[in-house]
Amino acid sequence: MTASGRPGSAIAIESLQFSYGTGPRVIDIPHLEIAPGSRVFLHGPSGCGKTTLLGILAGVLHATHGSVHVLGHDLVRLSGSQRDAFRAEHIGYVFQQFNLIPYLSAYDNIALPCRLDARRRARLGSVSLDAAIRDVASQLDISALLDQQSTALSVGQQQRVAAARALLAAPDLVICDEPTSSLDTDRRDAFLALLASSVARANATLLFVSHDAALGSRFDVQLSLPTLNRAARADAA
Amino acid sequence: MRVLFNLAWRSLRNRPVTSILTVLAVALSITLLLGVEQARRGMRESFTGTIKGTDLVVGARGGTLQLLLGAVFGIGSPTGSVPYGVYEQWAKHPAIRWTVPLAIGDSHRGYRVIGTTPGLFEHWRYRSAGTLTFAEGKVIATARDVVLGSDVAEKLRYALGSEITVGHGLNAVAGLGDHESHPFVVVGILKQTFTPLDRALFVTLDGIEAMHGDEGAGPGGAPTMPGAEAPPVMPGASPPTAMPGASAPSVMPGASGPAYTPPSNIFQDQPKALSAFLVGTKTRFETLRLQREINQFKAEPLTAVIPGVTLAELWRTLGTVEGGLRLVGALTIIVGLIGMLVSLYSSLEARRREMAVLRAVGARPGMIVSLLVLESGLLTLLGCVLGVGMTMGGFAIAQGVIESRTGVHIAVQAPGTLEWLYIGVVLSAGVLVGLVPAWRAYRSSLADGLSPRL
Repeated sequence: MTASGRPGSAIAIESLQFSYGTGPRVIDIPHLEIAPGSRVFLHGPSGCGKTTLLGILAGVLHATHGSVHVLGHDLVRLSGSQRDAFRAEHIGYVFQQFNLIPYLSAYDNIALPCRLDARRRARLGSVSLDAAIRDVASQLDISALLDQQSTALSVGQQQRVAAARALLAAPDLVICDEPTSSLDTDRRDAFLALLASSVARANATLLFVSHDAALGSRFDVQLSLPTLNRAARADAA
Repeated sequence: MRVLFNLAWRSLRNRPVTSILTVLAVALSITLLLGVEQARRGMRESFTGTIKGTDLVVGARGGTLQLLLGAVFGIGSPTGSVPYGVYEQWAKHPAIRWTVPLAIGDSHRGYRVIGTTPGLFEHWRYRSAGTLTFAEGKVIATARDVVLGSDVAEKLRYALGSEITVGHGLNAVAGLGDHESHPFVVVGILKQTFTPLDRALFVTLDGIEAMHGDEGAGPGGAPTMPGAEAPPVMPGASPPTAMPGASAPSVMPGASGPAYTPPSNIFQDQPKALSAFLVGTKTRFETLRLQREINQFKAEPLTAVIPGVTLAELWRTLGTVEGGLRLVGALTIIVGLIGMLVSLYSSLEARRREMAVLRAVGARPGMIVSLLVLESGLLTLLGCVLGVGMTMGGFAIAQGVIESRTGVHIAVQAPGTLEWLYIGVVLSAGVLVGLVPAWRAYRSSLADGLSPRL
């Protein structure tokens, strides 16, 4: 288990610095390590670089300073298309809201990652895509909604469809960016329970980001982004 | 690729109004562009195919185009009259293989009655050297015989043995001024040729002469002048189609339709006169020499035209108009594509979220580009398909109207090389247009990452 390779970590960050273009530095994280299979709560109020960090971890934004190992791959060294392929294969992502392609049904939205990427599809092994979708849908209690157009779903239903999509074909890392902020308390709790059990079943690492610190107690690990990110502290000062 | 195609298709269906309008805009411009081309080709083929074996058309001195259109295509009237003696004299010319006289000036229910000889049925060639064939009956022989073109027989429901009377003038009102004392009997009906012959009746020269000779002091027998048909057509007496005074304006040629009444009641003044005659020469070289000889003939002012040459003049004249129409077609294509560009481009702002979602589930930026290019390509393709359909359907519907109005039969044809070229250019342009919003989406999806700043 070397410091650079870190096959034992789901996420390992060393000396990461990032800024948009020539703008001010928004991320400056000396060190962060998350163990595989853990369920991590990352607390951060808005404006502390949450979304930027998640963009980097998902390989959409490209950091050039430091190293960002996700599942053993150094995203800093990967090309754009390699990062895209990496994300497609290994990562499930849930947004705060508007997760779904409006002109596709719930079913087709869930199927999208496997249809776009053959290696993600291959993670299903011998299970058919249809069976996998129906399985994950039943876990998240949306079996009855599969044929509905995504615009016809309520916000809570949309978030569950998005979670089903993120969890389909057993990703190694599930990133959730404030997925419950548009839900009321009851539906939030139901969603978190479903998410937790599904992630556990998929054996995935969960990185859950929220400004709502009250949610933190439900997770194995609690982290505070303003503490980790020196750029945010400098900004606040 | 199938996934992207599916996405593009559903995305378009998700915006039905703009998609349909864009497809319609492209389709209409394609229709205009192809329609001009089809009409041009159809018209040329129709005209060129009508008169194949004839080397020269000879008539009274006048415009070459008027002579050809009037004598052969039944559009307008021939240039004047040629004394029968002059015709007989030329018919004996050593360079001539055959001649067919044409006496045009009477009609039957709006269809032209052509006085001619049986030689017409022998020598007339149309399209790929087809000869005239009879659906039933035989060639005209006596002064009572009439042969009908297929449209005449069909529209007026005549059969062999039907008796018909012929009216005077090219657009005589049925029943008025008919040469009733000399009825004709149908002895033959021609097969359809898709040429103006379908809409003509053929009688012998003797028949024409007998018809006019028998007349005595009939309505048309008085010394006539332009507009002589007017008196019988008084308000009240006119059938519903003829408005009061509508048949009077022989003074305004063309005002009453393509077949205006010619001011020539040639058969009263000169019983033995022709409108024109067709000539077949022995060699091509003889054609040119004979044409010069006829045009320079001192005793009688004549005009001889080579059909192909005169038609080429006509195409040259129409070329400017066609060029203009093509330009209009090209401009509408550009407008249509700009419309598509605007609609795709302006939809991007609302779709940034969608692009971010696609990126998050693993779409490469290239897929975003492909998606938008596919969308514009699909819209253009649908527009092209619809446009081709509209063009061909339009001609299939308009065919009959065009033919009955102008006598020009435009065949409905699959797009030719030039049309496919147009379609190819439009499709490529549609794809290129898609690259503009695609490029912007690419840029903004790179900059936005997973969080479009809305």
